[in-house]
Amino acid sequence: MPAFAAPTDRPSKLEVRSLSFYYGRQKALNDVSLSLPERSVTAFIGPSGCGKSTLLRVFNRIYELYPHQRAEGEVLLDGRNILDRSLDLNLLRSRIGMVFQRPTPFPMSIYENIAFGIRLYERLSKADVDARVEAALRRAALWDEVKDKLQASGLSLSGGQQQRLCIARTVAVKPEVILLDEPASALDPISTAKVEELIGELETDYTIAIVTHNMQQAARISRHTAFMYLGELIEFGATEQMFTAPKEAKTSEYMTGRFG
Amino acid sequence: MATHDAVQELAVARGRSVTRFALTDALFHGATRACAILVLVILGGVAISLLAGSWTAISQFGFSFLITESWNPVTERFGALAPIYGTLMTAALAMVIAVPLGLGIAVFLTERCPIVLRRPIGTAVELLAGIPSIIYGIWGLFVFAPFLQQTVQPAIIATFKSVPWLSSLFAGPPYGIGVLTAALILSIMVLPFITSITRDVFDTVPPVLKESAYGLGCTTWEVVRRVVLPYTRTGVMGGIMLGLGRALGETMAITFVIGNAHRISPSLFAPGTTISATIANEFTEAVGDVYTSSLIALGLILFIITFIVLAAARYMLMRLDARTGG
Repeated sequence: MPAFAAPTDRPSKLEVRSLSFYYGRQKALNDVSLSLPERSVTAFIGPSGCGKSTLLRVFNRIYELYPHQRAEGEVLLDGRNILDRSLDLNLLRSRIGMVFQRPTPFPMSIYENIAFGIRLYERLSKADVDARVEAALRRAALWDEVKDKLQASGLSLSGGQQQRLCIARTVAVKPEVILLDEPASALDPISTAKVEELIGELETDYTIAIVTHNMQQAARISRHTAFMYLGELIEFGATEQMFTAPKEAKTSEYMTGRFG
Repeated sequence: MATHDAVQELAVARGRSVTRFALTDALFHGATRACAILVLVILGGVAISLLAGSWTAISQFGFSFLITESWNPVTERFGALAPIYGTLMTAALAMVIAVPLGLGIAVFLTERCPIVLRRPIGTAVELLAGIPSIIYGIWGLFVFAPFLQQTVQPAIIATFKSVPWLSSLFAGPPYGIGVLTAALILSIMVLPFITSITRDVFDTVPPVLKESAYGLGCTTWEVVRRVVLPYTRTGVMGGIMLGLGRALGETMAITFVIGNAHRISPSLFAPGTTISATIANEFTEAVGDVYTSSLIALGLILFIITFIVLAAARYMLMRLDARTGG
């Protein structure tokens, strides 16, 4: 399996080198290598069970919460291997944020949902926290909808608003990389459009990796697309090229709906 | 018109079935309602017979029954203050010890424990609940109390001898049996209830919610404190209340180790008594209407205390839910 270089002039932010992943004895990723360019959106597509979500869960080592899951190989964040046991996990997760498929607001107020993450890392005055919360909510295009009910429960928001709250919560910690695991698949079309628009805006500041099973979505929002199949990375390239002239037969079969 | 007949026949058969269904349904409905009403009848019956039985004591002592410490069968002067104090004190101390311990075990079992240890520890804690209270009593009297008397209590008394407030809280002599010993035994007894219920409700937290908290870079402590506990507070409170109910009413083990002395001492090492221990100890030897009636009045007070505790817990949860809107 050849290592895929980032097909771009942007420097690489996250580099995966011959990564394999196991759920117990079952191998879910087989020798995956690729690099995510800085400040751009990279989409991961492929049929269910192809390993795209698994790959994302390696990037912040969230898989370590579960026994019998392990990764082999290297993942370099700015040149430093994050799979290194000596690396501080909390620090890593403050640099690489994650948003999940289902909105997961914490059981606290809207304000606290955002302030909680900020206070984990920084000791700020009340005014500074207020400012950061507002900035994060504005960044997630949620401020105007919630500014009058910041003390209401995060669970009282609609599904789309909850998901944007989760994005705001992730952004508030000021990570460098944001992982999005099918962030719009549980949302209605209007909320999906809002989330997609938001991802486009976040690209200017963050390196974004998004897993999606919606190919139109990948085409709309990403600069680069990786196609995965049965735990292997089949093809990785500029999104436009991937969708118009894929090099691999498997990719074009999947794109045209012959399987998946 | 054979088919027409068949349809007709089928309709009649169905009609009969439906009638039968309606009958069984009505029976079932009535039976479940009777079961539910039975609970209210029993509760009401207990309350009424307690009131009736304690009427002699209530009319004789009135409100002073609640605030009098002396308990004198010879002069027939009875006051419930010492048993009330003992009941509340032992239960409160037991909760102070058992709640952090139980929550700690539950957090360890759900968040940190290696899979291989999970079942053995969980089962061991649950087995604690299966030990009859008389066993706790015997163990407390013959093993635990002498151990406290010989090693722990002298050391504590010596340590706090010159500390102003603590010296009276831990004043000697070291009897071994007493309020603190009873509270310690109680805390062991209620531990399995608190642990197994909180562990079960901790398991109901969606994994993805915990993942998102860990994904922000939270430590286990932060995830438990800010996400797991708020998410499960109703269930956790339920477990604590169940434990508290058990602690308030526990009789046999307490009777063995509390010393059964009708007085209120500032020292936790001093003997005391609880409502249920007093009733168990003295009911057989109670002579005269006033004595018996006073013991029944004690029962009534325990009934009311338990009711108030449960009502307060409900109210607290309602307030919490109203504040967070979820």
